[in-house]
Amino acid sequence: MPPAFRVTRDPIDPAALLRDTVAPSDGAALLFWGVVRDEHDGRPVAHLEYEAYAPMAEAKLREIADEARTRWATGEISVVHRVGRLEVGEASVAIVVASPHRAEAYEASRYVIEELKRRVPVWKREGYVDGETEWVPGFIPLAEGGQT
Amino acid sequence: MTVRSLFFASYRDLAGAEELLVELPAAATVRDLVRELRGTRAGLARLPESPAVAVNLEYVPLSTPLRDGDEVAFIPPVAGG
Repeated sequence: MPPAFRVTRDPIDPAALLRDTVAPSDGAALLFWGVVRDEHDGRPVAHLEYEAYAPMAEAKLREIADEARTRWATGEISVVHRVGRLEVGEASVAIVVASPHRAEAYEASRYVIEELKRRVPVWKREGYVDGETEWVPGFIPLAEGGQT
Repeated sequence: MTVRSLFFASYRDLAGAEELLVELPAAATVRDLVRELRGTRAGLARLPESPAVAVNLEYVPLSTPLRDGDEVAFIPPVAGG
């Protein structure tokens, strides 16, 4: 199976993602599993509502994975991001980095999640236990060259 | 020319719409579109003067010239993960 770069409303299946990403030349695969936490800055969170500009988000996930694969010479990398309403404990993002060697997998995995947070067009609104909701402040993505 | 403007998250709340078709003079840039939207649609007066913008799925500077049929997405600060 080719690697996945997907925005989906469906729960993520980590076993399938690992299976689809790992090739016979790999010696390790690392799963980053990002989950909804029950508080933000001390305020109790009941759920999160994610949305994405899906076609661009998928293109950016692929772009970031390509950068990581080239830089650390890993195997395939898959990234899946959920949208819609997620409850505490549910996975919002999964990154699988398959690699011939483990050290590169750790580096590449860290790079993919940090860059995802900087430039992939995804937003989340927190629903607090007290019933209020708020868009979570994020990163301002920069155009190529860093100038507007 | 006509461009499709897309609004997400907090910017959609400002625009009161996910999508607006906007008529612009030939040779207009992204900056011209921002000015037009801020000036003509009440809620969008609160759109930043220099928002992050993607044209046809790629982040671009505000000086980028637009073409008929372009998809122009207004990207609030991103918060994936």
